[in-house]
Amino acid sequence: MAEAVDLRVVGTTPVRPDGVDKVTGRAQFGADLNMPNMLHGRILRSPHAHARIKRVDLSKALAMQGVYAAVSGADFPMLASGEVSGEAGGDLADIARNVMARDKALYHGHAVAAVAATSLEVAEQALDAIEVDYEVLPPVLDVLEAMAADATLLDEQCFTKGLSETPDKPSNIAAMVKLARGDLEAGFAAADVVVEGEYRIPMAHQGYIEPHACTATVNEEGKATVWCCTQGHFDFRTMTAHILGCKIADLKFIASEIGGGFGGKTVVYLEPVAVMLSKKAGRPVKLVMTREEVFRATGPTSGSVVRVKVGARKDGRITAAKAWLAYEAGGLAGAPVGPGVMSIFAPYDLDNFLVEGYEVLVNKPKVAAYRAPGAPQSMHAMEVALDDIARQLDMDPLDLRLRNAADEGTQAPYGPKFPPIGFKACIEAAKKHPNYLAQVPEGAGRGVAAGFWFNIGMQSSAEVRINEDGSVVVMEGNPDIGGSRASMCLMAAETLGVPYEQVKTYVGDTESTGYCMVTGGSRTTFATGMAVVRACEDIIAECKARAAATWGVDKDQVEWQDGTAVPAPGVNADVNPLSLADLAASASATGGPILGKASLNAQGAGASFSINFADLKVDKETGAVEVLSYTAIQDAGKAIHPAYVEGQMQGGAAQGIGWALNEEYIYDQDGVMENAGFLDYRMPVASDLPMIDTEIVEVPNPSHPYGVRGVGETPIVAPLGVAANAVRDAIGIRINDLPMSPPRILAALDAA
Amino acid sequence: MGEFAYVAPTSVADALDVLREHANNGRRAQMLAGGTDLLVQMRGLDKAPRTIVDVKKIEEANRLDIGSDEIYIGAAIPSAALNENAALKALLPGLIEAADLIGSTQIQGRATLGGNLCNASPAADTTPAMIVNRGVCVIASGGGNRELPVEAFCTGVGVNALADGEFLLGLKFPHPAARTGDAYLRFIPRTEMDIAVAGCGVSVTLDADGRCVDAAVGIGAVAPTPLKVEAAAEALIGTKVDDDALAAAGAACTAAASPITDKRGTVEYRRKVVAVLCRRTGAIARDRALGAS
Repeated sequence: MAEAVDLRVVGTTPVRPDGVDKVTGRAQFGADLNMPNMLHGRILRSPHAHARIKRVDLSKALAMQGVYAAVSGADFPMLASGEVSGEAGGDLADIARNVMARDKALYHGHAVAAVAATSLEVAEQALDAIEVDYEVLPPVLDVLEAMAADATLLDEQCFTKGLSETPDKPSNIAAMVKLARGDLEAGFAAADVVVEGEYRIPMAHQGYIEPHACTATVNEEGKATVWCCTQGHFDFRTMTAHILGCKIADLKFIASEIGGGFGGKTVVYLEPVAVMLSKKAGRPVKLVMTREEVFRATGPTSGSVVRVKVGARKDGRITAAKAWLAYEAGGLAGAPVGPGVMSIFAPYDLDNFLVEGYEVLVNKPKVAAYRAPGAPQSMHAMEVALDDIARQLDMDPLDLRLRNAADEGTQAPYGPKFPPIGFKACIEAAKKHPNYLAQVPEGAGRGVAAGFWFNIGMQSSAEVRINEDGSVVVMEGNPDIGGSRASMCLMAAETLGVPYEQVKTYVGDTESTGYCMVTGGSRTTFATGMAVVRACEDIIAECKARAAATWGVDKDQVEWQDGTAVPAPGVNADVNPLSLADLAASASATGGPILGKASLNAQGAGASFSINFADLKVDKETGAVEVLSYTAIQDAGKAIHPAYVEGQMQGGAAQGIGWALNEEYIYDQDGVMENAGFLDYRMPVASDLPMIDTEIVEVPNPSHPYGVRGVGETPIVAPLGVAANAVRDAIGIRINDLPMSPPRILAALDAA
Repeated sequence: MGEFAYVAPTSVADALDVLREHANNGRRAQMLAGGTDLLVQMRGLDKAPRTIVDVKKIEEANRLDIGSDEIYIGAAIPSAALNENAALKALLPGLIEAADLIGSTQIQGRATLGGNLCNASPAADTTPAMIVNRGVCVIASGGGNRELPVEAFCTGVGVNALADGEFLLGLKFPHPAARTGDAYLRFIPRTEMDIAVAGCGVSVTLDADGRCVDAAVGIGAVAPTPLKVEAAAEALIGTKVDDDALAAAGAACTAAASPITDKRGTVEYRRKVVAVLCRRTGAIARDRALGAS
C-alpha cells in the first residue's frame, strides 16, 4: 500500500457531492422519470402461496380501451438451470421464474402476469380482467417441515446439490454446504464446559425506503433503454438480457439515485417485464412497486433455524464447535447458506469444528441479499453460545473472545490464512472504551457480540478526465448508496494532489463507462476505489510525459508533487512547475485531451471484523426493550470518509437491532404475509434508538492503495447477538428466538 | 385512488341535504374531516366511487367552547390545535395526550377527534380517553341534533352508530369536577408511529382526603370496540387509588377484555398488558387529581 502518512484529504469529511440535490428534492430516483406517451404498468400477483398455474388468459385485458400490452410467463423464454450471473445474481433460471411465474406460483405475491395501460387505474382494471386458473396446492411454510421426507414438494426437479452423491429422490432441500476441521469428538472430550442451543429467526426485509421502480422504452430497432433504481445497472443489464433472450448490446441501463438497497436491489424484478411490455406496446412503460409489493415479492433474507454446540476449557479456549443451519430460500433457490456456514466461526481460531448448512425451499418470497447475507443468522447463534460459556466460566465476554480471536496467519474456517486483520484490535478497543468501562445502569443488561464479513473485490472500471480548466471528472459505474462518490473524489484528489473540490465523480450508464460489478459485497470503495486510484496514476504518468515533452527532458526526469509536474531533484531544467490546469490549457499542443483509465479484477478484499456492545433495559411488566446505549467498534482498514464509515456502522446497528427486537415476516396458515407494511413490519423509528456510538479501528488492508476494507456489511452482524445477550443479562432468561418482541419476552418472564 | 366527487357544505342543513339526497338516490356519501384514515382507505382497498362531504366548512364542527359547565370540541378541529390549547390541556390532560399520540406532527395538522371516533377502530387512542371524560357525541340528524355517549358510539370493528343521513358534529364533555385527574397510556412496541396493542384511560375524582368519589376506566385494542369498564371504576371508588385498588381495577380490565391474537399481540399478552396500563394510568390520574386539589 501507499505510505499511510501525510494524507491530505483521505480521512477528512467533506460534504457529499450528491447531498444538496438529495436534501432539496431535486435528485431523480427510480420513479421520477416520465416520458411522452408513457404507459403505466401493473403486475398481477398470485393470491396463493403455492399453486399450479393451469391457464392464463390475457385476452379480456388486452381488449380493454387504454390497455396496450399484457404479458405472462409464456412470453418469456424458458432458461436452462445453471446460468449464473455474477456474485449477486444466483441461478438465472430461478431469477427468471421469480420475475414471472411459469407453471407454478411459488409464494403469495409471485408475479403471474403484467399489463401496460394509459393510466394506473386502467392498468388496475385490466389486472382484474386477466383470467388465471390455479390448482391450489398446500403451502409449505416451516423450514423444518419442508425438510421432512414426506413434505409437499415445491419443485419436483429439485435434487439436493452439494452432497457427495446426487440423491435419487427430489426434496425441498436445494443445497447442502459443509465445512469441517480436526477431531470434533476429541475436542468436546477436552472441554470443561459445553453449551448448546437451537435458535430460530424469521424472515426479515431490507426495508429500503424507495420501492423498486423502472421505466423502459424499446425503439423500432429493438434497442431498449431502461432507467431504474439498482445497486448495479451493468448486472441488471446482463440479467435482463439473459431473461429476455436478447443481446447485451441491445440494452442500455441508466441507474437513478437510489433510496437504499442493502443488497435487495442487486437482482432484477421489474426490468425484464417493463422491457417486454414496452416492446409489445411500442411505448415507454413505467413500473413502480407499492410498499406492499416490496414486502410480498422482493427481498427478504432467509428465516433460519441454527443449532450450535460449543465446548471450551476453563481458561476459555474453545476446544470444539459444531453447528447445523437450515435457511429458507423462499420459493426458488438462492439462500445465503454458504456464507452462513463460512462466517459462523470466522472470528475464531478453532482446531476442531463441523458446520453443515441446508438451503430449503418454502412458499415464501425468493430471498435476496441483505447486508452480510447469511452471517447474522448463523453468527447470532455462535455469539449467544459464547455468551453462555462466558457466564459459565465467569469470564468477561471480551476476554473470552480475545482468548480465541483469529489474527494474522490464522487459518480461516473457510480455508485461507488471514492476512493482517483487526479483530483483536477491535476487542482491545472495546475493553478500553468508556462505555464498556462504565457501570451497567441499574436494571439494565449488557450484551457483547462480534461481527464479521468477508468483503469482495471483483471487476471494476474507472476513467478520469481532465477538463480544459484542470478540473477533474471521475467516471465510474457503481450506483452511490452510501457516499461512494465522495469517497472516489477523496481518493482521486489524494492521488492527484489536488483539492477535493476540484474533483467531481459521476456514475456513468452502461454505455458511458466500463463494467463495474454491483455496489454490494462492500466492494465499491475497495475495488472501484482501486480502479479510480489506478486511473489517476495513469493521469499522472500522462501528465509527466507531457511536462517532459514541454520541457524537453526525459519523462523519468519529471516528478508529480502536490498536483504539479516538477523537475526531479538534480534535473537541471530552468522551468516553472506545471499544474493540472497548465497542462490542460496546453493539451492541444501536447497530444490532445488528458484521459486516464483503469480496469481491474480487484483481489485481496480484506475482511472486516467488529465488536459491538450495548446496554438494554427491559420493562418486566410489558416485555418492552429500551436501548440505553449502543457502541459499535469496527475495523475499516482505512476510513476514506470517516463520517460515512460511521454512518454505515450506525445504520447497520439500527437494522440489526430492529431485526433482533421487532422485525419479522408474520404469516397466516395459508402463507399470506400479515404485516406487509411499515406499520406492522416494525423497523425502529428514530426515537427508538439512542445515538449509536462508534469507534473506527484502522488496521490497513495491504491490498488497497490506501488500506481500505469494505465496511458496509459487517455492521449488521453483531447487533442480533448483542441484543440477545443484553436481554439475557437484564432478565436472567435466555431467549433463543428472534425477534425478542414484547409478547415473546413477557411470555418468557411469565414462564420462568 | 378511486373516483370521487367533493362537496363542502357551509351549514349543517346543507350537509344533511347532501346526505339525504345521496341516500335517496342510492349513492354513497362519506364525511371528510382530516381524511387521515379516509384517504388511506381510498388509496387502498376501497376504491369504489363516492361523494366526499367535507365538514370543515361547518361552523359547529369547528367550534371549541370551554364553558364553566361544559366543554365542546367540534368534530373537525385538528388535533394539533387541541394539543396547543393550554386551557384544554390543563382541564383534560389525558385526552390531549391521547390525541398527541396519534400520528406525526404533519398528520396532527389534519387528524381530528371526530374522525378518530367515526373510524371506529378498536385501537383508537382518543376513544377510551373520551369515554373516561364522559364524552357525549353530538350527532347532526334530520330530526335535529341527537346525543349519544361515546362508549355507545362504536358498535363493531369499523362500524359506528350513525344512521344513514347523520354525521358527527362535535363532542361534549362535562367540565371536570374539582380534584379530578385523567390520563391515557397505550402500549406499542415502538416509541411512536404505531398502533396500540392495548390502551387504557382513567379518570378519578378525589375528595379532600384523597379518597376516590368518582372514577371511569376505558380500554382500547382489547375488544371489538373500546370499552367502558364499570367494574374497574368501582374498584377505585371509595379507595385512595392505592396499589391494591389499582391492581383490582387492572384485574377488572383483564376480565373485561376479549382480545384477539393478531400481528400486534396475543390474547394473553393483551389481557396482561391492559391491566399494567390500567395500574400505571390510574396512578397518573390520581397524582394529577391530587395535584389539582
